[in-house]
Amino acid sequence: MTSAVLDVRDLTKHYGDVVAVDGVSFRVGAGEIFGFLGPNGAGKTTTINALTGLVDPTGGEISVLGLAYPGHISEAQGHIGVVPDESNLYGEMDGFGNLCFCAALYGLPRRVREPRARELLDRFDLAEVGRRPFAAYSRGMKRKLTIAAALIHRPQILFLDEPTTGIDVASARQIRRLLGDLNADGVTIFLTTHYIEEAERLCHRIAFIVAGRIVRIDTKESLLAEADGSSSLLLALDGNLEEGARLLGESFPDIAIARNPEGNLLLTAADELELLPLLQRLHEGGVKVYEARIARPSLEDVFVRVTGIEAREMKAAEGRGRG
Amino acid sequence: MKAAIAFWAILAKDMRNYYLKPPNISWGIIFPVSWTLMFFLRSRGAPMDIKDLLPGVMAMSVLFGTTSMLAVTITFEKRHRSFERLLLAPIGLNLLMLAKTSGAITFGVINSAVPIVLASFLVDLSGTTWLTVLPAVLFIAMSSTFLGLFIAVSVSEVFEAQTFSNFFRFPMVFLCGLFLPLGDLPAVIRPLSYVLPLTYGNDLLRHAFLGAGVLNPAVSWVMLPLFTALLFAMSIRNAKRSWIS
Repeated sequence: MTSAVLDVRDLTKHYGDVVAVDGVSFRVGAGEIFGFLGPNGAGKTTTINALTGLVDPTGGEISVLGLAYPGHISEAQGHIGVVPDESNLYGEMDGFGNLCFCAALYGLPRRVREPRARELLDRFDLAEVGRRPFAAYSRGMKRKLTIAAALIHRPQILFLDEPTTGIDVASARQIRRLLGDLNADGVTIFLTTHYIEEAERLCHRIAFIVAGRIVRIDTKESLLAEADGSSSLLLALDGNLEEGARLLGESFPDIAIARNPEGNLLLTAADELELLPLLQRLHEGGVKVYEARIARPSLEDVFVRVTGIEAREMKAAEGRGRG
Repeated sequence: MKAAIAFWAILAKDMRNYYLKPPNISWGIIFPVSWTLMFFLRSRGAPMDIKDLLPGVMAMSVLFGTTSMLAVTITFEKRHRSFERLLLAPIGLNLLMLAKTSGAITFGVINSAVPIVLASFLVDLSGTTWLTVLPAVLFIAMSSTFLGLFIAVSVSEVFEAQTFSNFFRFPMVFLCGLFLPLGDLPAVIRPLSYVLPLTYGNDLLRHAFLGAGVLNPAVSWVMLPLFTALLFAMSIRNAKRSWIS
């Protein structure tokens, strides 16, 4: 890791008796895309709010670009951009006006902020709707303008809280591409998400956070290499999944058995899985197998193994609250 | 310089988006006219002392204009989370709050001018001490605005801001000597008048327009800025507790 632009030690946040963040420590290097991955209520948003100055931590130390909180918080805020989990620009103002207003909040004079606003509207394909009120934008357009607003003052670190949640596939793809471009330009990105595929596609390093604690932190390559050591198999059964899982669980206790979102059984083992004994056991138990194929190891497998939380649980939790 | 740009941007945005909207401008005109008309009807055709009414109507226009607008706009922005943008700006909470309240203060001062303009067509205002009127109005606007800020910090919904504002405002109309002389208040209630900043602002206006008030102007000039500073400090302390908790 290059020199740390973000240094967090023992960050803790209590809301009364509720511990939202519990002794979280990590460092983010310059130019990194750092992913914070966890289910809703895990403490992702609270952590991001503490790092951006919206929440006063109960304990711990935060340093952004060498500027220690809380003493230098305002100074640090001048170097960071924040994209909250909801697009929160001013509905009655147009896109151009919103960007100019945000630029003025960072002290940019008119001769600088207006060309910069136009540049960002172009970059985010919003130039044609730049004079339309923000309230009239589509969800994807709102998201893009919110990211543009966070970049208006050319921040060194960009914090994004669930940037693609609730928007259409095309806009999400465009946002991911833009984030990649920004990172190539040298912007350090801190990303919270509960989309595992998004973290896998974008991030250099990833931290898994569950119940306010970081349970694993590593480079994407290391995490995937860990998954490569195991073997996974997908079995499509005749619908009797419970019985199939029970039969295999009793006969092969070393194999982890889970259901995937498509309704198949996902079998994972530390050693190579042999197909024939599995099929034989299911056949003996009267369970028909329609399809069996090797599953590509993914970050999702690592996440499930490390946290014990199924990816579908994270997706189901989406919309039930913030993390 | 950067802080000045941010300050001006917040002030200009609030004036444009909230305070100078047609419904607010018409409110600023209708409110003092309605109150004056009410007193006119109550007098049943007897000659009415417009000059005697003017300080009360002015003070009330400022009080109602500033408290409700600020409390509602901040609560509205908090609800839509656009207020977070301001909290994330590198300007510090004190400057942010001054910028947010400056719009309301300006709106309050402009509101106070409406009764003066209307009264100038009906009575001779040549004996008025204008050097007292302007700072007195400014301090009434500031203390009322900071009361609105105190309310905004204490509530989370727009309707709560409205009802909580009225909890303070309507008693103030009767306790601060706006239309009912302080001397006519029951002795038990009177101490309450002296813990309300509007009492001192209204009394200064009575000195300026009528040449006579109940209190020594020196006392009012001390108490009014004191209340203003106290309300601002309390609001900032509460804002730190509830917005950056």
